[in-house]
Amino acid sequence: MSAVEITTGRRVGADPDPSRPAPAAAGRWRRRLGRWLLGTVALVVAAIWAFPVYWMVISSLTPDALLRSETPSFWPASPSVRNFEAVIEGSSFPSALRMSLSITAVTVVAVLAFAFLAALAISRFRFRGRTSFVLAVLFIQMLPAEGLFIAQYKMLSAAGMLNSVIGVSVLYTAAIVPFTVWMLRGFVAGVPAELEEAAMVDGLSRAKAFWRITFPLLAPGLIASGVYAFLQAWNEFTVALVVLPAESTQTLPLWLRSFLAASANRGVDWGEVMAASTLIALPVIVFFLVVQSRMTSGLVSGAVKG
Amino acid sequence: MTAGPDVSAPPLTAPGAPPPRRRRPPRAPYALLLPAIAVMLVGMGYPVFWQVMTSFQEYGLAQQFGQPPTFVGLDNYARIFGDERLWAVVTRSIIFCLANAFVTLAIGIGVALLMKATHPVVRLVLQISMLLAWAMPMVASVTVWKWLFDWRTGVINWLLVQVGLTGMDGHNWLAQPLSFFFVATVIIVWMSVPFVALSVYAGLTQVPDEVVEAATIDGAGPAQVFWRITVPMIRPVLSIVLLLQVIWDLRVFAQIRLLQDAGAPVAETNLLGNFIFELGVGRQDFAGAAAVSILVLALTVALSWPYVRTLLKEDAA
Repeated sequence: MSAVEITTGRRVGADPDPSRPAPAAAGRWRRRLGRWLLGTVALVVAAIWAFPVYWMVISSLTPDALLRSETPSFWPASPSVRNFEAVIEGSSFPSALRMSLSITAVTVVAVLAFAFLAALAISRFRFRGRTSFVLAVLFIQMLPAEGLFIAQYKMLSAAGMLNSVIGVSVLYTAAIVPFTVWMLRGFVAGVPAELEEAAMVDGLSRAKAFWRITFPLLAPGLIASGVYAFLQAWNEFTVALVVLPAESTQTLPLWLRSFLAASANRGVDWGEVMAASTLIALPVIVFFLVVQSRMTSGLVSGAVKG
Repeated sequence: MTAGPDVSAPPLTAPGAPPPRRRRPPRAPYALLLPAIAVMLVGMGYPVFWQVMTSFQEYGLAQQFGQPPTFVGLDNYARIFGDERLWAVVTRSIIFCLANAFVTLAIGIGVALLMKATHPVVRLVLQISMLLAWAMPMVASVTVWKWLFDWRTGVINWLLVQVGLTGMDGHNWLAQPLSFFFVATVIIVWMSVPFVALSVYAGLTQVPDEVVEAATIDGAGPAQVFWRITVPMIRPVLSIVLLLQVIWDLRVFAQIRLLQDAGAPVAETNLLGNFIFELGVGRQDFAGAAAVSILVLALTVALSWPYVRTLLKEDAA
């Protein structure tokens, strides 16, 4: 595709200019102007969308006294990591980080195991109830936390599992498994069963054929699904707010909220608040860039391919 | 159901040849599904069941202290749906949701067209900035935007003063419901446009250039090409994206809740999710909260049906 573009482009450029009549040149000039204009608009849009992220990082590196000045400075005037030190040492960040890491780890492992087995079932077998299961999975993935959190709160409180890692992980796993089943189904279906069968003809047992042949081919799918589950569990706010009411069991999103509230009591120190936001956002942005193409195509692939 | 590599396909398809191996016992797929089904039943199934039951029961203080709940039929629904506060919240939620979905879609399509029309380098810059915004955790995004809109030292007020709107100096955006929802819309649109733009752009790359060229040669202008060629060809993507956006914009509890922290008038800025939270967690009216939750779930399932049908078709293919 790009090769074709390059060759045609060269051919047009090689056309002897003098032989062209004047109106064509004027039209080309206007088209070029239009392209410049579009490019400028595109760059302005890009700047608007990137600015909040940029501003978060810049502010996190700027001492609060400078942030309070009349005219904001749009590049790091005197960068320092003091805000980060203050956040990490002066707040419950370490305990919130531990909480988030444990919940995320439990959720990711459970989601991957459960979703992988279910994806295997629906893409390798045809059985009674399969369509009902797929239908249930697709609907459950759409259910909003807002429509369930009161019941989930009552359920965990009756079980004495408010403020517990396991309680919230069960809720997260239940909410994330459906989409992950759907995502992995595509990956499993992409590995032809004939490959496995060929290996079995060559003398491998069914289990060995699976572990040696199919499983390695599924690794990209498992990684993508794992990152998806990580992002969901790491960023979740609504359910955590309801079922983790104690201050000592806050996850990072809850901690960021109460960090801002505590800061607001003495006139918000935006430098520290932005350092806190950056600490939460950075790992997410990195992981997100790894998985994003798969997530876009997972959500709308049927529609794009028509 | 017509897929080729079907392990348990009936041996009728190859009548002469013996099946390559014994048919697997039909229990295998159910065993594989068991953990997923179990966790979904515990985490989602039981809460839905509890909600349906509770919405038909009296659930007051006595029940909090262990008395068996009494069946009251549709009393809770009558009480909640007779409350004009609920209808104010429902109206507000629907208007907010539709306005956000359409603004997001309009801007998202515009950005996708820009990506298609500009030089690859500019396109890459645009895509990277979209991905950055998309990757931001929701709580961090709302926090950053709160600062941008901060009434004392926020960049937005500073910018407005620079362009001559000196009255905006020290303007508190989150204090009035109308400007509160304006800020909420800016944040939600900023967070949602990347998904729409990248999905629509993926759809646009599927529109064959020849069709557009042929239309141009036949004398169609850019507007005509857009409405008569591009839009019909990417209609499947557009409808899915619009649908998802409407569903997602109904569940903005967290964004609204975080913005309310800055001292907004809560009663006038509550949307459906916040109303349920206030009823249940705030006033311990679990039966009323359950009734409203059922409304939200029913609304979501109804709205999701076209999307689910599209995905099911993909599954059957």
